[in-house]
Amino acid sequence: MKQSEAFLQCQSCKKILFSIDFDQNLRVCTYCGHHHRISAETRIKWTFDEDSFEELDTDLRSGNPLEFPDYIDKLRLAEEKTQKFDSMTVGRAKLAEMPVSIAVADFSFMGGSMGSVNGEKVTRALERGVKEKCPVIIFCASGGARMQEGLLSLMQMAKTTAAVQQCREAGIPYIAVFTDPTMAGVLASYASVADVIIAEPKALVGFAGARVSKQAGVSKVPDDFQTAEFCLKHGMIDTIVPRKEMRSVLISLVKTLGGHLFVEGGAK
Amino acid sequence: MSAKTHNEWESELIELEKFIVNAKERARKEQVASDKALLEDQIVKLEVGRDKFLKALYSNVGDWEKVLIARAEKRPYTLDYVTALFQDFVELQGDRNGFADNAIIGGPATFDGRPVMIVGHQKGRNIHERQFRNFAMAKPEGYRKAIRLFEMAERYQMPVISLVDTPAADPGVESESRGISEAIAASTMKMFELSVPSIAVIIGEGGSGGAIGIAAASRVLMLQYSVYSVIPPEGCAAILWRMPERGAEAARALKLTAESAQSFGLIDEILPEPIGGAHRTPIEAFATVKDAIVKHLAELDKMSPAEVRADRFAKFRKMGEFETVLF
Ligand SMILES: [Zn+2]
Repeated sequence: MKQSEAFLQCQSCKKILFSIDFDQNLRVCTYCGHHHRISAETRIKWTFDEDSFEELDTDLRSGNPLEFPDYIDKLRLAEEKTQKFDSMTVGRAKLAEMPVSIAVADFSFMGGSMGSVNGEKVTRALERGVKEKCPVIIFCASGGARMQEGLLSLMQMAKTTAAVQQCREAGIPYIAVFTDPTMAGVLASYASVADVIIAEPKALVGFAGARVSKQAGVSKVPDDFQTAEFCLKHGMIDTIVPRKEMRSVLISLVKTLGGHLFVEGGAK
Repeated sequence: MSAKTHNEWESELIELEKFIVNAKERARKEQVASDKALLEDQIVKLEVGRDKFLKALYSNVGDWEKVLIARAEKRPYTLDYVTALFQDFVELQGDRNGFADNAIIGGPATFDGRPVMIVGHQKGRNIHERQFRNFAMAKPEGYRKAIRLFEMAERYQMPVISLVDTPAADPGVESESRGISEAIAASTMKMFELSVPSIAVIIGEGGSGGAIGIAAASRVLMLQYSVYSVIPPEGCAAILWRMPERGAEAARALKLTAESAQSFGLIDEILPEPIGGAHRTPIEAFATVKDAIVKHLAELDKMSPAEVRADRFAKFRKMGEFETVLF
């Protein structure tokens, strides 16, 4: 999917699309409805109130605590490519003037994997909701844990899940949106314990990566295995919302679940 | 070339022990007194040699060898600890939601004179047992049963003792369709809700999400030769080099040992194993684990329920290593 060209090809149905139309359609294929992956910036721009986003915690950067082979090179390459230190972009934003604490993942940074920085940013986003008494919205996109940070990475599952528990206790609504893909360590922690779980159409959502399933001898799988549609059918998520309608659905949820937080005006 | 199994790694030792057994049998049958005396003398020397060999073998256990020991089929499993350390154990089964899991077991028991709730992964020793236990890979119902037991522990104010020993959670289609990810996350979260103290002991394999679902405890202890990892070394090698057989190399890279976990502040104590590992002298391992649980429970007993929760949150909140960049 080259963006600099006037035309591009849908990654799913392979039909040729006009770049201008493609962006206007929020990078959803007009023929097959495939939701292409988008950057955190683009998603924030398309979802939240114009110019309402205030990015925070930009100073957190991964080291190489395990001295894992080639990790630093991969990190620096991802940093260069994305001009960021991590796949997670967090901060304050507004939805129809209601304040929300958000975390938005970008799969293009090392597959959105959850290392220490990622887990810390998610935790801070959830804590910010508690501290500032506003709903939390997290857009997930991750292949899972960040192997190169070993057990530190695994512990981010516990840390982020604990932060969700604190939101619940404080009466802070937390909405998770599963975008393509939401997998493994992220799915098996903070993502799956949200009050409301929304998924984008056809997003890959699952616990075990294809390689793991293959090693474990899992052969016969349903056609829709590990898709948002499969999760909906099995009661694991609440609804599938196309990108075009995401903002309005989020506004409704924040207004209703967060109603107790916005007694003095705010919500409109 | 690294050994592939614990038996392979211990093979010389096992051969030597077999030889000693044979020699003893031979000596027992020997009629000629002088020959018998000579044999017995040799056996004593062999036994001294065996002890030296054992000590040498276990004085320098590499990361991969720890993986092999952690997975050894002779190693004490959860139910072995339950039998040795607890009384009045009644296994409670069923997730009350239509399914039963045999990879995670649990129930109330008496420990050191007080009621506790046990939850643990259970491995099997032979093919039949292993299949029955699904290789200690729990399905969603295992974690949902754990949640039930955690809630019961809270209701009756019993500390939770969890024994962790799993390669991973079950990755199959059934597990996906019943929400394995949600089950693990919900179980992890339930552990944070507890106002009763909880202690997790990694007794063998602490395998990624499958482990964390029952390991978000007030205190996390690791046996010396147990491992705790975000991914099995073979899986890591498959991703890194597309060669699962380079597991030994991956094991070193992953830093999955108790020492490493402790150095990053991710576990609270390393429990030393007897020379030759927990499987060689289980009684010693049982005593070590018991003493450690008693000690940590005594410390946690001093806290109020609110403090127990706050302490647990604070402990996990600190986990992670990163830099802060100045702009
Ligand atoms: Zn298309």
